Amino acid sequence: MVAEVASSASVARTRFAVAQPARTVLAASAMSVTKETVARVANLARIALTEEELERLAPELDNIIGWVEQLGEVDTANVEPTTAVIPNTLRLREDVVTDGDCRDDVLANAPQAEHGFFAVPKVIE
Amino acid sequence: MTELTDLGVRALRDGIRGGEFSAREVADAYTDQVSRAKELNAFLVETPDHALAAAKAADDARAKGDTLAPLAGVPLGIKDLFCTKGVEATAGSHILEGFKPPYESSVSQRLWDAGAGMLGKLNMDQFAMGSSNETSAFGNVKSPWRRSDGGNAVLTPGGSSGGSSAAVAARLCPAATGTDTGGSIRQPASFTGISGIKPTYGRCSRWGVIAFASSLDQAGAMARDVTDCAILLEQMAGFDPKDATSLDAPVPNWEAGLSSDLKGKRIGVPKEYRMDGMPAEIEALWQQGIDWVKDAGAEVLEVSLPHTKYALPAYYIIAPAEASSNLARYDGVRYGQRDLPDGANLQEMYAATRDHGFGDEVKRRVIIGTYVLSAGFYDAYYTQAQKVRTLIARDFDMAWQDCDLLLTPTAPSAAFGLGEKSDDPIAMYLNDVFTVPSSLAGLPAMSVPGGLDKQGLPLGLQVIGKAMDEQGVLNAGLALEERAGFRARPEAWW
Repeated sequence: MVAEVASSASVARTRFAVAQPARTVLAASAMSVTKETVARVANLARIALTEEELERLAPELDNIIGWVEQLGEVDTANVEPTTAVIPNTLRLREDVVTDGDCRDDVLANAPQAEHGFFAVPKVIE
Repeated sequence: MTELTDLGVRALRDGIRGGEFSAREVADAYTDQVSRAKELNAFLVETPDHALAAAKAADDARAKGDTLAPLAGVPLGIKDLFCTKGVEATAGSHILEGFKPPYESSVSQRLWDAGAGMLGKLNMDQFAMGSSNETSAFGNVKSPWRRSDGGNAVLTPGGSSGGSSAAVAARLCPAATGTDTGGSIRQPASFTGISGIKPTYGRCSRWGVIAFASSLDQAGAMARDVTDCAILLEQMAGFDPKDATSLDAPVPNWEAGLSSDLKGKRIGVPKEYRMDGMPAEIEALWQQGIDWVKDAGAEVLEVSLPHTKYALPAYYIIAPAEASSNLARYDGVRYGQRDLPDGANLQEMYAATRDHGFGDEVKRRVIIGTYVLSAGFYDAYYTQAQKVRTLIARDFDMAWQDCDLLLTPTAPSAAFGLGEKSDDPIAMYLNDVFTVPSSLAGLPAMSVPGGLDKQGLPLGLQVIGKAMDEQGVLNAGLALEERAGFRARPEAWW
């Protein structure tokens, strides 16, 4: 049954692509998620994917992005995007120090800590 | 005498208070069960000393004649998403291997303040991303359940709180904490024949709970029955100034408020949840549930939640978008694993650390999230999804004009075999089709066992309530529980 729903989602996508006039989402969908796109986005996300991972992920992500694009068919004119799901008030607290003096705790899990600092490879030559 | 591990939270609490057995005996019985169930792979870390210390405190308090704390001497399992001071917390990911938080999450601290002890940290889908516990970096959790066909197919305990569901169902702990972002308490509860409640967003503090999708993440209780869920949730919930989205509202005494009398309650059945191709057994169980709540005095009516079909695609934009932001912190600098190839610069270190540290599903979601938030795509994907989310929440608001609660199946199937769906991400995502809409709307919802399918596997019913009406959800859950008379339990093979 789950497979049926999955295939109907891709059917819906095709129908949407044919039936809907150009929308912003559709403009995006015209460009499928290629290996090059995944490589570019993975770089933005600082994930060094191997060639094999890129080959595998590109069609998977293309499929997922195609599936979520069915949202383009929902009329959201005059609808505000959700910001807080349950009404709540933003609180202010007293501007006082409530934490600190725990350098060793902060550094305890660091892969490399030196002289009371986090250490990383040299950034500036 | 009944085995102590057959007793749940209420029976243990009352038995320790009444001196029928000591907290030490309880802790010993449960730690023994945990140590003998390694085959299930439910626990990532065992902490018998923590449980024994809480037991000693409870026994000492009783010996002195002190009033016992609400959960004095009750040992619990804690999902590995909760930071536990000095005890490894990995969120099921290699990238956090070895991370020992220097602080305690607010929810677990509340439980220790209430006298509970910790049996250990429970396995889970990596960063709570998954519906079968197959994305854990530390191996699959095996469900204690098996099909009645005599085969030995290993089944999923559901996910992402799969260690929690397996441990509670296998009697390794009387109850456990879970977290639910799109169904991660309710779907595993349904798959393993236990009860689980996700409260209103903001009821339980997110402070110290490793973040996945912050506008959706919510901790909750998983236990063998509705009463135990109420008892546990009461101690987990409450205002916390350290979480900006924590609700500053009193926590009701849910246990004392329990009543299975549903007279005067109107319960809606959303017609859009009657999906094409829904298995007949799920359909039949749903009808059975309708009959049960009617028997409890409720009036049942059909309602419409017209945007239901868009909930999953909206969720799979919003949750990955938030995850891509939240998981940016895993950079190999401050905690967790670092991968530093020879001669690598800082950027290359980040990228190598994250490639080796994150599992496939996490990478998939971080990349999707980064994609939908990237320049040029943000409005088309993320803003549109947040608008659709508004429409989904509005659907529920409209429904509440006609009814007080909703009744649906929890999941579209019973537990499936490990490996059966792991090749198809979208098929896996569809597991959460009935649980995601209420998550997007921040509403309280719970799963209770309704019966067994033809293969002898548990099926759950879901109750969804208005914001802040956990009591209504628990009460309807109790009415279902009393009528379902669910006594089945997995036979120990592990």
